[in-house]
Amino acid sequence: MRIDLEPRAARSPTLEVLAPVAALILAMLIGGVVIAALGRSPVEAFKVYFIAPVSDLWSLQKLAVKASPLVLIAVGLSFCYRAKLWNIGAEGQYIAGALLGGWLAIATHDGAYQGLLGVWWILPAMLALGGLGGLLYAMIPALLRVSLGVSEILTSLMLVYVAQFGLDYMVRGPWRDPHGYNFPQTVSFDDPATLPLLVPGAGLHAGVLVSLAAVLIAAVVFSRTLFGYEVRLVGSAPKAARFAGFSDRRLTILVFAISGALAGLAGLAEVSGQIGKLQPEISPPPGYGFTAIIVAFLGRLNPVGILIAGVVLAMTYLGGETAQIALKLPVDMTRAFQGILLMSVLAADVFTRYRLRLSFARRA
Amino acid sequence: MSDIDLGGVPLVSLRGIVKRFGDFTANDHIDLDIRNGEVHALLGENGAGKSTLVKILYGLLEPSEGRIVFAGDDVVLKSPEQARALGIGMVFQHFSLFENLTVAENIALVLPKTDKLTALPNRIAEIAARYGMALEADRPVWTLSAGERQRIEIARCLLQDPKLLILDEPTSVLTPQEAEALFATLDRLKAEGRALLYISHRLEEVKRLCDCATILRHGKVVATCDPKVESARSLAALMVGSQVKEVKPAGAHALGPERLIVQNLSVPSPDLHGTALRNICLAVHGGEVVGIAGVAGNGQSELFAALSGEVVAAEPDAIRINGAAAGIESITGRRERQAVFVPEERNGHAAAPDFTLSENVVLSRHATGRLTRGGFIVPAAAKALAGKIIAAFDVRKAGADPLARTLSGGNLQKFVVGREVLAEPNVLVVNQPTWGVDAAAAAAIRQAIIDLSARGAAVAVISQDLDELFEISDRIAVMHAGELSECRPAHTVTREEIGLLMTGGERAAGSAHAH
Repeated sequence: MRIDLEPRAARSPTLEVLAPVAALILAMLIGGVVIAALGRSPVEAFKVYFIAPVSDLWSLQKLAVKASPLVLIAVGLSFCYRAKLWNIGAEGQYIAGALLGGWLAIATHDGAYQGLLGVWWILPAMLALGGLGGLLYAMIPALLRVSLGVSEILTSLMLVYVAQFGLDYMVRGPWRDPHGYNFPQTVSFDDPATLPLLVPGAGLHAGVLVSLAAVLIAAVVFSRTLFGYEVRLVGSAPKAARFAGFSDRRLTILVFAISGALAGLAGLAEVSGQIGKLQPEISPPPGYGFTAIIVAFLGRLNPVGILIAGVVLAMTYLGGETAQIALKLPVDMTRAFQGILLMSVLAADVFTRYRLRLSFARRA
Repeated sequence: MSDIDLGGVPLVSLRGIVKRFGDFTANDHIDLDIRNGEVHALLGENGAGKSTLVKILYGLLEPSEGRIVFAGDDVVLKSPEQARALGIGMVFQHFSLFENLTVAENIALVLPKTDKLTALPNRIAEIAARYGMALEADRPVWTLSAGERQRIEIARCLLQDPKLLILDEPTSVLTPQEAEALFATLDRLKAEGRALLYISHRLEEVKRLCDCATILRHGKVVATCDPKVESARSLAALMVGSQVKEVKPAGAHALGPERLIVQNLSVPSPDLHGTALRNICLAVHGGEVVGIAGVAGNGQSELFAALSGEVVAAEPDAIRINGAAAGIESITGRRERQAVFVPEERNGHAAAPDFTLSENVVLSRHATGRLTRGGFIVPAAAKALAGKIIAAFDVRKAGADPLARTLSGGNLQKFVVGREVLAEPNVLVVNQPTWGVDAAAAAAIRQAIIDLSARGAAVAVISQDLDELFEISDRIAVMHAGELSECRPAHTVTREEIGLLMTGGERAAGSAHAH
């Protein structure tokens, strides 16, 4: 028997919408088998993972808070991925943003340096620094790629670990709270350095609005602007992009800047709006920056699709937490499920472009 | 090798081979006989159908009609494995080698799974000695020159003991010394009674090596002859055709100033298979069409890239557009000087196949077509311009604004040419304007080019189709090995002279007129 993948003559819009749905169902089935093998009920697990998070208002707020960084990072990544540039180091850019923006919160702690200006400027400046931190950190792989041709896949991934250890060092060393009983964490951010809550309760903070704004802006940029056209063209037909007069170096720098800035902003929003301080772990495993890669692809690199996909992946985080308590499932189940989902999405993607053909032909 | 005594029957006979791609007939009832111990040349211009024919013979393409007779038996070749099993080997123009593997590893990759690898270095050494090919089994491929890489490809074939070896433009990437070494190897193969099918357009090589030549033009066999008897001139005439269409439709118009001037333009080769441009000089007046002839791969794409600004020159003065030094300007900068460009490849270069027609308008007109406002694309303006092009050039399409990939070759080419011509440029540079396009579309495109020049634009047409160049050009120059010959008035130069220049033969005799 022979297995061939035949290219499809035309793209089918229906298939492109159905593919992520099929991938999600497939991942649920495989996940169900794994859960059954662990001796738990897949039906119960399904309820915990996908029903409980949307069953009441409190859970919905939690869901929005979890989805927010995923969506924000994934929107940024979609700029890179549409241009066929593989930034997989968003986790590092997320941490870099949290570090640079968080620095201001620590520096202005207890009224230091506030002087005549008051406190109104602290939060906007933290947001700007958060974006800047991620942007600068993303410039390392971008510049290495355009100047020396170094694979951005390797450098961006490796830099994640550098950022993680950098954060670890800062919160255990120079930035450790002197009154924190030697816990590896900074001082708690003051109110002027904390993103306000939209509604009191489950912690729905203003960072969610930033993510929604990013979705809207990205949708407009991709569909209406010359820059969005440039990004799509470079990814779709690189020679035609050169003919159009678009510089791929300039574009590489720009999409990494956007994607780094949004990841950095997400990191800052998380520490300022959710955690309230810096600590060694500011991104639940396997890391928002990595899960956002799945979000970007599940959402077909489309801002609105990413919004939906972000909510789906946020469910796996929340469900995973509940499943640990309710079903005694290991936390690794969440990671495994996210991995299974990514593989299913990529596989489904192949079948939107190719048709599977099994031939049992006799060979001469 | 297992010799087959065929008693004068050819080893391979192709009978009535036809290959169609859609409306386009690449091979039209081709008959070809190759005998043992014969070096058979397959000659023709690019696009004449040589590659298609050998791909059929090597099992890469299935013929639409016709028979392949191998050693007296009808065969159907469904795959290269089947062709290799029969004893047909092929050395491609572009190598398929793994850079990081050694010579022996690269060779082992194509051998049957049952072969023992331990004996391989010995077998390679044996082949190398027998055919005079220096090959070191342990060297990694990335350290090797083009000639050495080619020897690996040849050794790969020889290990399978082929009866027929197909070589596609084998000297195109070799230095003259490497080519001589190759010829020595080929002579030994021939002496062993193997048949060789040698594809080339270098006539001197063919005269030196080959016993028989089949010449293709427009997919048909135009002659079978003995190249040792024919002159290079007569072979060139057969290749490029001698029927002259006297069409000069542009009405009388005065020549304008020199709008496109190229002075001593030199550009290094972009890669191994590329061609360096050497001291290109060219001046095109407004109101004039200059044709640039040449066999593919002699630097035409590189010249197009340099003229368009996709690759910028070192000196601003190397290229002047409308009097201004534009050598170091980007393609967008040159477009803003009223120059437009049409590259050879429609799908993926001139147009993005997965973008709609109105999106493809933005591709080359975003800076000059009033299609954007403050960084935003104005879709209505793009659609209006696309509609104008579609109407003016009679582009046939399905749907209101279809993807570029859904258009036929001729219609997409009309769209692409129309997009540039409707910009009413002062300078047009076009590469292969009618490549693979049906006759009606080709005529429309040529007419548009002539009319544009009659309105005062300077036009440079790069083409391998001599009929086309004689039809539309006022003057013709020839590219060979990265150099551009002098421009000659199209009505005084002969096809034979052009053909000879194209094949790198003797510099055509006669007084050369500058403009």
